[in-house]
Order: sequence, then C-alpha cells, then structure tokens
Amino acid sequence: MSSSRPLAYVHSRTAVLANENIDTDRIIPARFLTTTERTGLGKHAFEDWRYLADGSDNPEFALNKPAARGCHIIVAGRNFGCGSSREHAPWALLDYGITAVISSEIADIFRGNALKNGLLAVVVSAAEHRWLLEHPGIELRIDVAAGSIRLPDGGEIRFELDEFSRHCLLNGVDQLGFLLQQDNAITAFEKNLEQAA
Amino acid sequence: MSARTLLDKLWDAHQVVAETAATPGVLYIDLHLVHEVTSPQAFDELRSRGLTVRRRDRTLATLDHSTPTLPADADGRRPYYTPEAESQVAKLEANVAEFGVDLLGWDSPDRGIVHVAGPEVGATHPGMTIVCGDSHTATHGAFGALAFGIGTTEVGHVLATQCLLQRKPRSLAIHVEGQLQRGVTAKDLILHIIGQIGIGGGTGHVIEYRGSTIRSLSMEERMTVCNMSIEAGARAGLIAPDDTTFSWLEGRQRAPKGAAWDKAVAHWRTLASDEGAKYDQDVHIDASTITPSVTYGTHPGMVVPIAGNVPKAADALEQKALDYMRVTAGKPMTGEHVDVVFVGSCTNARLSDLHAAAGILRGRKVADHVRMLVVPGSEKVRREAEAAGLHEVFLAAGAEWREPGCSMCIAMNGDLARPGQLVVSTSNRNFEGRQGKGARTVLASPLVAAASAVAGVIADPRDYLDQEAAA
Repeated sequence: MSSSRPLAYVHSRTAVLANENIDTDRIIPARFLTTTERTGLGKHAFEDWRYLADGSDNPEFALNKPAARGCHIIVAGRNFGCGSSREHAPWALLDYGITAVISSEIADIFRGNALKNGLLAVVVSAAEHRWLLEHPGIELRIDVAAGSIRLPDGGEIRFELDEFSRHCLLNGVDQLGFLLQQDNAITAFEKNLEQAA
Repeated sequence: MSARTLLDKLWDAHQVVAETAATPGVLYIDLHLVHEVTSPQAFDELRSRGLTVRRRDRTLATLDHSTPTLPADADGRRPYYTPEAESQVAKLEANVAEFGVDLLGWDSPDRGIVHVAGPEVGATHPGMTIVCGDSHTATHGAFGALAFGIGTTEVGHVLATQCLLQRKPRSLAIHVEGQLQRGVTAKDLILHIIGQIGIGGGTGHVIEYRGSTIRSLSMEERMTVCNMSIEAGARAGLIAPDDTTFSWLEGRQRAPKGAAWDKAVAHWRTLASDEGAKYDQDVHIDASTITPSVTYGTHPGMVVPIAGNVPKAADALEQKALDYMRVTAGKPMTGEHVDVVFVGSCTNARLSDLHAAAGILRGRKVADHVRMLVVPGSEKVRREAEAAGLHEVFLAAGAEWREPGCSMCIAMNGDLARPGQLVVSTSNRNFEGRQGKGARTVLASPLVAAASAVAGVIADPRDYLDQEAAA
C-alpha cells in the first residue's frame, strides 16, 4: 500500500492539541510497535493521553470532547511529530480518522512519512497558527491543489507544499513505482560506483 | 568549483538523478540497516509486488528493539515480553531468509543495537549514505557518512531500488572549541547543544559538528554526539573523518582490506568541508564552560547543568512538564530521589561508557532502593566488558547485567519503569511515558547515572571522581 488514495480536499471542524513538541511516543507509544501490520493502530492513537487509568475516555483530552467527534483536522502546537521515525505515527492517526495536521512546525521525518501515506501535514505561519489554536472547532476546507485553507468567514490561509508531494497527494501516486522507473539511471550509477572502487 | 561543505560532497556523490522544482532527487544509498520493528510491512510490500531486494550486499539486519535482555532458559526459550514481540522477531528471521539478507541474529557473535553493531563490524564507512528505519541512524554520521532515519515506506523503497526520493536539506555548522572539563562527557556536550539550539533547532538541516573539541573526541564519543542530532530536530549529524576514524575502522571485518583500504583512506581524506565553505547557519559553543548536565523536563531540550537549579517555566505547558516530572523551579536537580538507573542504548552502551560507569561503581554499592540495569550495546561490547571484569563490578555493586538490546530506552521488551518512577537514563529521549507509562526520565551521562545509582538521588559525578583522585 505505498500508494495512498487521492486526497484533494479536507473539509472538517478542527480539534486543537495546543501542546508543543507532541512527540511520536505520545502519538503511538512504543509498546504498540510490535505489530507487523499497517492497520489497526487507531484505537491506540494518543493512548496514554486519551484514556484514563481505568480504560475510560479522558474527558480532558481534546479529541474526546463531544465537539471534536468526527473531526479530521488536528491543529497542533509547534514541532508536532518530533522524535522517532516510526511510520506507525501517521498510520495510527489515519486509522483514527485524522487526515490533516496543521502546525507552525512539523518534524521532518514525521512530515515525510505522513505525506507518503496521504496524511496532509500543513505548516502555516506563526501568526496564523496562533489564530487557529485560539479558535478550536471551526470549520476548515483545505484545498491541496490550491495550497489554501478556507476559513469560515471566507478568509484564506496559504501554505507551501512541494510540487511532488502535492502531485502525489492529488493523484495517489505510487512513489515506489516512480522509483522503479528510474532503474536505468540507478543501474548506470551502480556501474560507475563499481568502476571507481 | 566553489567551496563545498561535507554535506555538499556527500550529496553530490550520491545523486542518481538531480532534484528539480517538480520532483525530488534520486539519492543512492550505500548501506541499509534493518531491524524487526520498522521492516515487516516493507517486506510485505515487496512480496505483494513480486519484487526482490536489489542489493543484498548493501543490506544488513539485526535484532534489537523487541528482544528480551534476560537469557534464554535451559530449553533455549527466550523470555519475550509478549507473543507479538516474539512473532515480530520471527517475522524478520523469516524475511531475511526469504529475501537473502544478512542477519546479525541470535546466533551471531555480532548481534547488537543496530547503531552499535553496524559500526563495530566495520559496515559503516566514511563517505557512505546510510539509512535505517530508526531515527538514531544519525549515529553513523560520526564517521563522515550521511546517515538518517526513514519510515517504513522508505525502507521498502530502499530494499527494492537502493534509492530514496529526497530533497537536499540545509546545513548547520556547530563549531565547538575549548577543552571539556573533568567529569564532562560527550553526552553532556550534546545535551548542552540541544539545550542551546532547542529540539526544533536543527529541523530541515544536517548538522556538521566541527572544531578542536570535536577533533579531540574518540569515535565512541563522536557517535554519542551524532546519535542525538535528531533530538535537536536534525535528521543527520556529521563529523569529518580523520586519523581517529581510520584507526578505529581499520581491520574490522567489513572494512576494506589491503590496497582497497589505502585507496579508500586516500578518498576519505578529501571528505571535509572546504576552506571558506558556507553553511546556512552557524552556532558556536564554548566547551570549557559545559558542566555535567541533565534534563529536568519532558523533552531533550530541557537541559540544566547538574549543579544548577530547575528553571522557571516559561508558560503553562512548560509548567505541566515540571509537574509531570515533579520538580520545582528554583530547586536543584541534585538530591532528587531516584528509583531506577539505566545504563544502555545506542547513545551510551559502548565499552567506554561501561568503563565510565564501572569506574564510579567499583568498590561501591547501588543504593538499596535503586534498581540499576546495565545493558551492553552489543554482544561484542558484552564480551569485552566481561573480559575486563566490568560485569563483576556491576554485579558486586548490586546492578543487573543484561544481554544486549535497546531495552529500557524504548521499553518495548518489558524492561520498563513503573508509573511515577524516576529513571536516570543514559538513553536519548525523556518524553512522557517513553520508559513506561507515567515513568519520569532524566537523561544523563554514564558518570551521572552511576553516581546517582550510588547516592540514591541525582548526584554530581565530580564528587566521586574527586574522592578517587584524593584516594
């Protein structure tokens, strides 16, 4: 499943997780990494934050609040996804129903993993980020092709996305397939390597 | 040609197809390290597409994350924490057999944590590109290799094509000058650096560590520094190779031999940033001012000198971190009650780390209320430590001497702390719950860890080193 399904728009209310530096251990604790599947991790997303000791929902956790039910967009504090390279983090979020994460800063490896799986990782300016953090529950419409977030009042936030990631999201491009097509160039490169050795 | 940085040279040498505005570049990968946690779905992908591993000779697997650190029983059964952990290891064993990949498995004298074992067998060479489905792959940058962590989808890409789609990161030079003081280790240096630049300070960048202090570090110390580059947000850390690098590598089983060695070294000597090369960012650190350091909060950028006080929280979120850690602004970290001490991980489980910890524990006892785990980074480290009698020092002091693995750094294998326990740990992450749900982690050097184990509270190792000097 290295090609994800095409994603052109995300239309949803937001849930706000204002904490900075939400790390991959918070998103999916390491004890759930013994799975050998990509699916089924949603029930453990944010496990130690989301549930109380008795296993019931933590009412304080933003995504457990009634208003956040059915939200597909998380607005998160700065430096979301820092820590490990575990792709289980975006897998868990997607399986939990999240299709976009917005922050002012998103960790490199997490962001790359997210975009490869059709989880839209959006970086916005600090001022726009602050505004989004202060307005939980608003309805956003993220347009991948246009690189824009439409606000309820008709305003718009622009975001950067490199062309290739945009193309892959919109078309569900299979990146492994793309690499396999480079076989001639790779073979030529390897030949040069061996001659140099 | 204009002056190039080490990153420029490594990047240029591995570009199969250059990046354009529309597409990332195709980057060739010289060495792919594999472990049981982040590879099963990638092998499944290959299987479902009928693909093979393109370069088995450039792929090396080991078992480390889910593996128990207690020995097998008389029937050879290993005490896995869960059936899932056992089946994950079995799955890697089956995958390497099916796809023909070398495995440093249970029967190998070279098995160990991927970032300890890889360099040890001489698989890591200067000038290489190295990846692994593990963010601490940055460790290998200590050899002047461009080494970074990747996700499982990319593990599949490399298995199938030996390449990755990448855009070139920016460069950040960290210039370190001045002599490290007694009792101050490479761990204190990197904790200090992360404290200075912050855990997002290296995002989007590759760090090159430079300067006289870095040049004077041993290979093991350089690995400790590069290892935690990701804790500053940088995917990779680099140190230009030099005679320290070459003499450490020479003679290891996967290092070049004979004429090939000489030719390789001649090439490796060119792998330094050119005079006048420009970095996107520069940071200057005075090593002589650094003291033993520990973390006081819930991320690796919350660092304080061990003799200093917990800083005041800047906002409500920082206050939450202090509350989680049960520490108080304005109060010292020394004297905090310790429950568990962990010496191990790809950051600090090499022979020199164990020597450092044993130096303080020799002739002393771990405090009665403290549980101390010492987990060597590899089978080779274990053998060498035992040959030097270090295990006897640990056992006599009341510590547990375990088999190699990631153990309590990631707490996947059952080696974990209980809720609320405070762990002084030589590992790399102090996130909430990292070492067990509700566990509180204080990152520290092996010297601080050993001193704290003896004192039963967070302790300054210089007090113990002073006693030795006086004795």
